[in-house]
Amino acid sequence: MAQHVMTVDDSKTMRDMVTFTLKRAGFQVSEAEDGQKALTALRTAKVDLIITDLNMPVLDGVGLIRAVRQDAKHRAVPILMLTTESDPAKKAEGRSAGATGWLVKPFDPEKLVDLVRRVCG
Amino acid sequence: MAGFDHLKPTYFEECAELLDVAYDQLPAIADARADAETIHAIFRAIHSIKGGGGAFGFDRMVAFAHRLETVLDLLRDGRLALQPQIGSLLLRSTDVLSDLIAGARTGEEPETGMEADLLQDLRNLEAGAATTVIAADEAQTAPAPAAPALAPRRYRIGFSPHANLFRSANEPLLILRELRRLGMLQVSPDISRLPELAALDPDDAYLAWTLQLETTASRVAIEEVFEFVADDCALSIEAESDAEAAQPASPASAPAGRDAHAAPAEAEPPRAAAPPTAPQAPSLSIRVDVDKVDRLVNLVGELVINQAMLVQLGTYLPPELGSGLITGLETMSQHLRELQESVMAIRAQPVRSVFSRMPRLVRELSAQLGKEVKLVLTGEATEIDKTVIEQLADPLTHLLRNALDHGIEPPDVRQAAGKPRQGTIHLGAEHRGGRIVIEISDDGAGISRAKVLAKARARNLVAADANLSDEEIDQLIFLPGFSTAEAVTDVSGRGVGMDVVKRNIQALGGRIAVESRAGRGSRFLLSLPLTLAILDGMAVAVGPETYIIPLTNIMESLRPKPDSIHAVIGRGDVLAIRGEYVPLTYLHRRFQVPGAVDDPCQGIVVIVESEGTARVGLVVDELLGQLQVVVKSLEANYGPVPGVGGATILGDGRVALILDVSRLDDRKLDRPHQPPRPAAIPSLH
Repeated sequence: MAQHVMTVDDSKTMRDMVTFTLKRAGFQVSEAEDGQKALTALRTAKVDLIITDLNMPVLDGVGLIRAVRQDAKHRAVPILMLTTESDPAKKAEGRSAGATGWLVKPFDPEKLVDLVRRVCG
Repeated sequence: MAGFDHLKPTYFEECAELLDVAYDQLPAIADARADAETIHAIFRAIHSIKGGGGAFGFDRMVAFAHRLETVLDLLRDGRLALQPQIGSLLLRSTDVLSDLIAGARTGEEPETGMEADLLQDLRNLEAGAATTVIAADEAQTAPAPAAPALAPRRYRIGFSPHANLFRSANEPLLILRELRRLGMLQVSPDISRLPELAALDPDDAYLAWTLQLETTASRVAIEEVFEFVADDCALSIEAESDAEAAQPASPASAPAGRDAHAAPAEAEPPRAAAPPTAPQAPSLSIRVDVDKVDRLVNLVGELVINQAMLVQLGTYLPPELGSGLITGLETMSQHLRELQESVMAIRAQPVRSVFSRMPRLVRELSAQLGKEVKLVLTGEATEIDKTVIEQLADPLTHLLRNALDHGIEPPDVRQAAGKPRQGTIHLGAEHRGGRIVIEISDDGAGISRAKVLAKARARNLVAADANLSDEEIDQLIFLPGFSTAEAVTDVSGRGVGMDVVKRNIQALGGRIAVESRAGRGSRFLLSLPLTLAILDGMAVAVGPETYIIPLTNIMESLRPKPDSIHAVIGRGDVLAIRGEYVPLTYLHRRFQVPGAVDDPCQGIVVIVESEGTARVGLVVDELLGQLQVVVKSLEANYGPVPGVGGATILGDGRVALILDVSRLDDRKLDRPHQPPRPAAIPSLH
């Protein structure tokens, strides 16, 4: 069965890009607009990877990472942060919260697929 | 970047929304009352615009957004203090960003002048604040040195994860697999740290590996494989070949260095605690191309015509057959109406998207004019057709400019007149009887009737001896040719007069009316249809022709008694009703239709009223019935005809004209005996 990736971003364009890229590479993709909505969806969904933006309303990426890592069911799910070069501090914060890896926006689609394969096999 | 082009429309639509968010919140910065969440919201908006733009290669726009974002970041961190100048700078920058986005969409590069100035201003701000961040982020984006393709080399890699490696859900197995993709890999595990089973914590990492990799890939490529775990392991990469070994290798933490500057990080609490008050709620929604909705609207329109056609056919059937059909069709008509309303609701949007641009306009203009003005917005959530909204921006801007420039007095003048120094402009929207009414009112000086009249006379728009009422004088401002460039200041004058505003509003099926009281202010009322596509109308017969009168205009209809019709010299026939005199317009004379009823007492008088006009009685042969019609533009297909708002196709396939009640009176065709005025004054009676 195709692996399930959840992309969390308040930007529809970004979600579309991630979804488009990963679907073409054979992944199953679902989307959430912010960390809170992602957590809600995670209550019922099983995911193999979460790709999250850091700057989001309601619950941001770091908050999402912390919450996932504290959740017995999902704490082993790899999480990639989509960051921009302009927020290194945020990235470090995400890492210490338990992010698996990161990808700099704007991303190269091939690189995204490579990274997704690297962290979830 | 290839492959994303089909996402561009979504992106630009999103940009528009994000700009709205920014414009919504930016005034708070100018007023220095922005809290962290406000700045953060603006930052996110600009950040998202930049992120998407980068993916599409809109470099110029991205570069600009980046500067803007950096300043917002400094504000967010408190390294830059909130000041009104910064707010204004950010607003202007957002304008430029908006232009750049528009440029990216159309492919036309906007001019650089303003952009360059603002870039410099933004840089100056950055320079004034701490510069460390920028230096750091530039260092980080330095491209990795290109690796020359060489003969395979052997690397000896020591990979010893820290116990906490699994906390970030990294998986050594996957790392080894990826290394294997780079070349020949030999793996020797080191299980020396593995404890007794009883002491083993399944969450900890115990294994370590010694790896021998023979690959053509560069050291950088190998380091990249360990990129995510570099901080969570002891790593050594040693080239066994001489050439590579000669390099000053930095084992253990070569990749880790890239992150070193970002170490002190846990300061910020999770955002989960953000106040729930922020009105961030575009909940469950989908994005649909407007064309698709329009197709739906058109189809529903055609359905309405078809249904009308079927009803007509049903009347030809004998009652025993026809009655069932008619009942069925009536139910269908009800469903059609609901369908129509639902489809229209898709197109409806809150007027907020236009209103939200106005505070900035008012703030900037009032600063420019040296006036103190408060803008009060009401009813921003009122929904109206998207097309109407888009075309409202210009007229509203113009009316607001006028209110600021001509309406509101300078603070000293206001004070002298016993008014508060700060003037108030009210911009409001509300539903009223199937239409949207937008009000722009100010508490300024009101229309200066003496000046208006003098100017109208000077321009030969009214006869020198014409005796006009106050209301009639106020209407003069809508006359073409009334406002000209020399007569206005650089603020409100763009060579566009109120006549253009009026025409724009009328093109939307709307009306504009003005009320003014000297010293108390002016009030403009725009009344707009909820939708442009479908109209409730009354079909009336005039001779062999059918006309449609918009239902919203009809007050009542009656067959008058002969003694209630009076001929008034200079006004034509009037109908006396409940002590009032309503002038009559004979539709057949107005449109030169032969064979129609000429005596109002044999026909029907439909009394109509519209915004800004007095009541008129339309003389028609008979009422044919109420129906919904799909409005087809006459202007687009033929040309403008005074008194006609559009056309429609009837159930029997014939074309009927839809009356524009407000302009029926434009040319007094049915009163040839009346001496022509020097110039026609539209909408006056």
